Amino acid sequence: MSDAPLSAPSGGIGRSARVAAVARGMGHRAGPVVAVVAVLVAIWYAACLPMNVGNTLLQAERAGAVVTPEGPAARRQMGSVALMAANPSLLPGAWSLERPRLPAPHQVAVALWDGVAGQSVTSARSLVYHAWVTLSATLLGFAIGTGLGILLAVGIVHSRVMEMSVMPWAIVSQTVPIIAIAPMIIVVLYSVGVQGIVPKAVISAYLSFFPVVVGMVTGFRSPDAMQLDLLRTYAATRAQIFGKLRLPASLPYLFASLKIGVAASLVGAIVAELPTGAQAGLGARLLAGSYYGQNIQIWAALFAAALLAAGLVGLIGLVERGLLARMGMGQ
Amino acid sequence: MSLVLVALLLWAGLWALNVRLANRSGPAGRGRRILVPVIFGITLLLVWELVVRGLDVPLVILPAPSVIAARFVGALPMLWADFVQTIVKGALSGYAMGCLAAFAVAILADRVEFLRRGLLPVGNFMAALPIVGTAPILVGWYGFDWQSKAAVVVVMVFFPVLVNTVAGLRDTSAMQRDLMRTYGASYAQTLLKLRLPAAMPFVFNGLKIATTLALIGAIVAEFFGSPTQGIGFRISTSVGQLALDTVWAEIVVAALAGSAFYGIIALIETRVTFWHPSHRR
Repeated sequence: MSDAPLSAPSGGIGRSARVAAVARGMGHRAGPVVAVVAVLVAIWYAACLPMNVGNTLLQAERAGAVVTPEGPAARRQMGSVALMAANPSLLPGAWSLERPRLPAPHQVAVALWDGVAGQSVTSARSLVYHAWVTLSATLLGFAIGTGLGILLAVGIVHSRVMEMSVMPWAIVSQTVPIIAIAPMIIVVLYSVGVQGIVPKAVISAYLSFFPVVVGMVTGFRSPDAMQLDLLRTYAATRAQIFGKLRLPASLPYLFASLKIGVAASLVGAIVAELPTGAQAGLGARLLAGSYYGQNIQIWAALFAAALLAAGLVGLIGLVERGLLARMGMGQ
Repeated sequence: MSLVLVALLLWAGLWALNVRLANRSGPAGRGRRILVPVIFGITLLLVWELVVRGLDVPLVILPAPSVIAARFVGALPMLWADFVQTIVKGALSGYAMGCLAAFAVAILADRVEFLRRGLLPVGNFMAALPIVGTAPILVGWYGFDWQSKAAVVVVMVFFPVLVNTVAGLRDTSAMQRDLMRTYGASYAQTLLKLRLPAAMPFVFNGLKIATTLALIGAIVAEFFGSPTQGIGFRISTSVGQLALDTVWAEIVVAALAGSAFYGIIALIETRVTFWHPSHRR
C-alpha cells in the first residue's frame, strides 16, 4: 500500500509523480500535438455522419428533398452505413442539425463562444455565470480541504499515534468511491437548514482532503536521514526542523497534491449539483441538457468544465514553477 | 446525555491504549501495524453509535452504525442485485475494455515516435479533466442499462492507463536496451522480454488509479438515468425518500467493492512485479 496513488478518488488527474517526471522531460514540441488534435477533430467530424444520419434524413425529407428509401419506418430497418451510402448528397446536413445526437465541433465551439461571450454574465444562459457558481463552490471547498489536509499531515508527521491510527484509513479512503455520499450530504445539510454554496463546498473539501493528506505526509517525510541529522547536530527544535527543512522540502509534493486536489474539487462541485436538481452551475447545465435532450448544451458545458479544470491546474502549475524557481528547486 | 459522556470516556480510553501501543519502543511489528488502526476504526464506530443514541439524532440526518448494519443484513438480496448491476456489469466490463484499449494504444504509441509525442500531452491533459461529465452524453447514446455505464468507465480509465503505460514502456536504461541489441533481439523480443516487464510497475500504478475511477464513473453515470437497480440509482432514490439507512448500506457496498477491487489489483501487482525494489523484503 506504500505506493498508493495520490489521485485515486479524484475522478480527475491520473498520473503519478514518476509519470509527471517522465512527461516533463519530453520537451515542448507542438507539432505532434497539433497533428493528434487535428486527427481527433477529423474523427469527430466523421463520427457525426453515422451518429446523426437518421435525424439528417428525416429533416431533409421534411424540407422536401428526395430521400432513399422514403419514410422513416423503412429507414429504421437499415444500418447507418447503408443509409449514408444511399444518400451521399444529403450527408453534410449532419453537421448543422438543431438537435444532433453528436454535435459537430464547430457547433460546440459556437455554443461555447455564445455562452461565454454572447450573453450578459448575470444571465442564466451565460456559461460564465454557471462556471462562476461551480467555481466559487470549488474554490471554497478546495481551500477548506487543503487547509485541513495539511494540518492533519502535520499532525501525522509529528505524532506516531496519529500516523499509525489515521494513515491507513486515509490510504484506504483513496480506494473507495467516496463521491457516492455526495447526494446524501446535500440532502442532510439541507434538512438542517444549510443550503447554497456550503453543501457543494463540503463535498469539494472532502474530495480534495485525502489526496492532500497522503501527498503532504510523503512530502514532509521527503528529507532524508542525513539532512535531519544535520539539523539535529545544530540542536534544532521540532518547530525549526519543520519550518526550515520539512516545509520547504515538501513544496514539490504540495503542488502535485494541489493539482490533484483542485481537479477533484471541481468534479465534486459538479457532481454535487446533480442530485438536487440545482438551478445553476455547470453540473446543473449538464443535467438540464440531458433532461431536454440538448446535446449541444451538454457538450458546451462539458468543454466549459474542461477549460475550467485546465485553467485551475495550469494556474497552480504557474505558481509552482515561479516559486520553485525562486527557491532554486526549478528545472 | 450520559451516553455521550460514555462516548467521550471511551474515546479517551481507547486513544490512550493506542498511544501506549504506538509509542512502545522497538520497531512496530505487523501485528501492531494492523491493531492500532483497527482500534481507531472501532473507536470511531462506537463513538458514532453512542453519540447518535445519546443525542437522539434523527434517522434522516445520521443513522447509527447498528441501524446501518441491520439494514445491510436485511437488504442483502437487493444490495447484491445492485452490486451486480453497477460493479460487475458496469464497472468491471468497462474497466476491462478501457484498460485493454489503452494498453493497445500505448504499445502503438510507443512504436510510433510521432504518435507518442502527440498523444502523451493530450492524454495528460485529458486525464486532468472532469471526464465524469461525459456521462449524460453516453447515457443518451447507449440507453439506461449497463452499456452506457461501461462506456463512461471506458472513457474514464483510458487516459490514466494510457499515460502510465507509455511512460512505463520508456523506463528502460540505454544499457539494458543495448544488451538486447547485442543479443540480436527483434522488436517483439525486446518488447516482451525487457520493456513490458520493466513497464509493469507503471502499468499497475495506472490500473490501481483506474479501479476507483471505474467505480466513480459507474455510480455517477447512474445519477443521469438507470434501470431500477444499481448503487447510484439506489443512493439517489433512497436519498429522495430520506431512507438514509439504505444509502449508508449502499455506501458500505461501494466501499467494500472499491477496497476489494483495489486489493485484488495490488495483489496481482506484487505477484507480477516481485522483482521491483518496493516489493523486496
